[in-house]
Amino acid sequence: MSLIKIEALVKVYQLGDVSLRALDGISLNIDNGEYLAIMGPSGSGKSTFMNIIGCLDKPTEGKYYLDGIDVGTLDKDQLADIRNKKIGFVFQGFNLLSRTSALENVELPMLYNGLSTKDRYDRARAALKSVGLEGREDHHPNQLSGGQQQRVAIARALVNNAPIILADEPTGNLDTRTSVEIMELFVKLNRESGITVILITHEADIAAFARRVMRFRDGHVVSDEEKRK
Amino acid sequence: MINLRAAVKISFRALRVNKMRSALTMLGIIIGVMAVIVMLAIGAGARKAIGDSIASMGSNILIVMSGAHTAGGAHLGSGSLPSLTLLDAEAIVDNCPAVQEVAPMHNGGAQVVFGHQNWTTQITGSTPSMIAVRDWSIQRGRNFTEQESKTAAKVALLGQTVVDNLFGDMDPVGQVIRIKDVPFLVIGVLAPKGQSMMGQDQDDSVIVPITAAQKKLFGTSFPGSVRMAMVKAVDADSLDKAQEQIERLLRQRHHIGPHQDDDFEVRNLTQVMETFQQAVSIMTLLLGAIASISLLVGGIGIMNIMLVSVTERTREIGIRMAVGAKVWDIRLQFIIEAVTLSITGGAVGILIGIIISELVTRFSPLTALISASSILLGFGFSALVGIFFGFYPAYKASQLNPIDALRYE
Repeated sequence: MSLIKIEALVKVYQLGDVSLRALDGISLNIDNGEYLAIMGPSGSGKSTFMNIIGCLDKPTEGKYYLDGIDVGTLDKDQLADIRNKKIGFVFQGFNLLSRTSALENVELPMLYNGLSTKDRYDRARAALKSVGLEGREDHHPNQLSGGQQQRVAIARALVNNAPIILADEPTGNLDTRTSVEIMELFVKLNRESGITVILITHEADIAAFARRVMRFRDGHVVSDEEKRK
Repeated sequence: MINLRAAVKISFRALRVNKMRSALTMLGIIIGVMAVIVMLAIGAGARKAIGDSIASMGSNILIVMSGAHTAGGAHLGSGSLPSLTLLDAEAIVDNCPAVQEVAPMHNGGAQVVFGHQNWTTQITGSTPSMIAVRDWSIQRGRNFTEQESKTAAKVALLGQTVVDNLFGDMDPVGQVIRIKDVPFLVIGVLAPKGQSMMGQDQDDSVIVPITAAQKKLFGTSFPGSVRMAMVKAVDADSLDKAQEQIERLLRQRHHIGPHQDDDFEVRNLTQVMETFQQAVSIMTLLLGAIASISLLVGGIGIMNIMLVSVTERTREIGIRMAVGAKVWDIRLQFIIEAVTLSITGGAVGILIGIIISELVTRFSPLTALISASSILLGFGFSALVGIFFGFYPAYKASQLNPIDALRYE
């Protein structure tokens, strides 16, 4: 069974009198363990698609099954629970809490699923170690470089053992060398831990790290290529 | 659900970040709680002062006054008509079952001399039951006897103020003082009682047998007449019954017809005091209500600052939602923050309130009494204010759309 199964997905934004079809009937499957890059110009619907996949938004029409669950039928708190357990987000702007140490940023998702203080601490340390930030636990975001901040965000995405990482332009704010490091980290997580990575980018060399590349335009999927290695 | 310890930790950090702002917001609550505490303390102090003075007068007391004399249309004051007699007093104690003791009183001001010292004070002529009626106790020496009371013996009991002024450190018992040039043997000293409610020094008095007061000191317009009598009822519940029995008895003894006015008056002092106490309670309530308005204003201040804080932290809320915070996780976080503000403010307000009450007691004629219940009330109220005024901002935060919140700059 597919991890993500999408059927005739439509998302319409109502902007005053004008209705905008950001997604116009998209159907696709994503299997467990895939490494997928979604490309497309701005306004192509890739961010809207990401929000729906990430359970931050609900489709207007069509079905979205995540792990066999029909997401469209869930309420706010159930969506929050899915985000907490199944999805790790990595954003372009890192979205870390300032004035909060790296360790506490990584602990954040665990605050909302009832883990004990000790478990939170142990798992957050382990997650930071796995992204190569051992010894930086007490650093605040403004004491870390962009690449390090993005690693903290990745550790935060990993810490609840979510099967999916959703990365929205994760290298958009990073220089080339650091970008490559972050992308290699994703490859490693995908290969060694079997985590499904879905990333949005408009840079072809970043998309090149993925095994499957999908292009969006005007709310449609215009190409879907699987690379053979 | 987010665990409470973590939520409290988060809210403390958020409040520390804006120290000045948090302190100013708390100030509203501090002033409100402080005002409530001080007002309640002053009210409680006043009530206690009244209660003490009732107790110092003697408990369960009725006062029977001689009637007012009317001469040519002019009413003279109570006690001016010599209608009440020693025999009336005896009859009251014999015939009214609700009455425990009666002390007839015949008093006046006079100068008291001992050696080179002199002092003008209130001389009260009464019977030995006076001590029991007024819940007085004898510190040194003894009370005078029934026999001495009947035979106009020249003996006297002195109040502490009189002793201080005439004798200094000397023991007055066994000494002879002169009242209106009549020598009296001091046989006892009364235990100090302090001020009455009207501010009168109750220890500034001398007690002598009533017959001595009538015959040797002040005279009577009618043989055996007294100005008033203090009556002690059996217990607090029998006060009304005792009053009724005394009125019936005296009307009968004084041959007053059904449609004639009484030639005497029975006063229930406890009732007067209760009215007083009630007035103080209402006053306290009123002052407390005014004080709680400032608490309300403080609460609005909290709401205002929490709304600002929710707006400023929109992105933080978005991040928390993205990683799995549920609606109530977000609400709880902001409510706890508001309650932390209000409770901390409340605690500081209680502390300052206690200090001010202490200062009021020390440096003003008022007494302020802090009670555990007023502290609890102050604390409870501030917590309630936090929950009430924190709820709307918290609700607003929890209703944010996570996508918009994440993009908020």
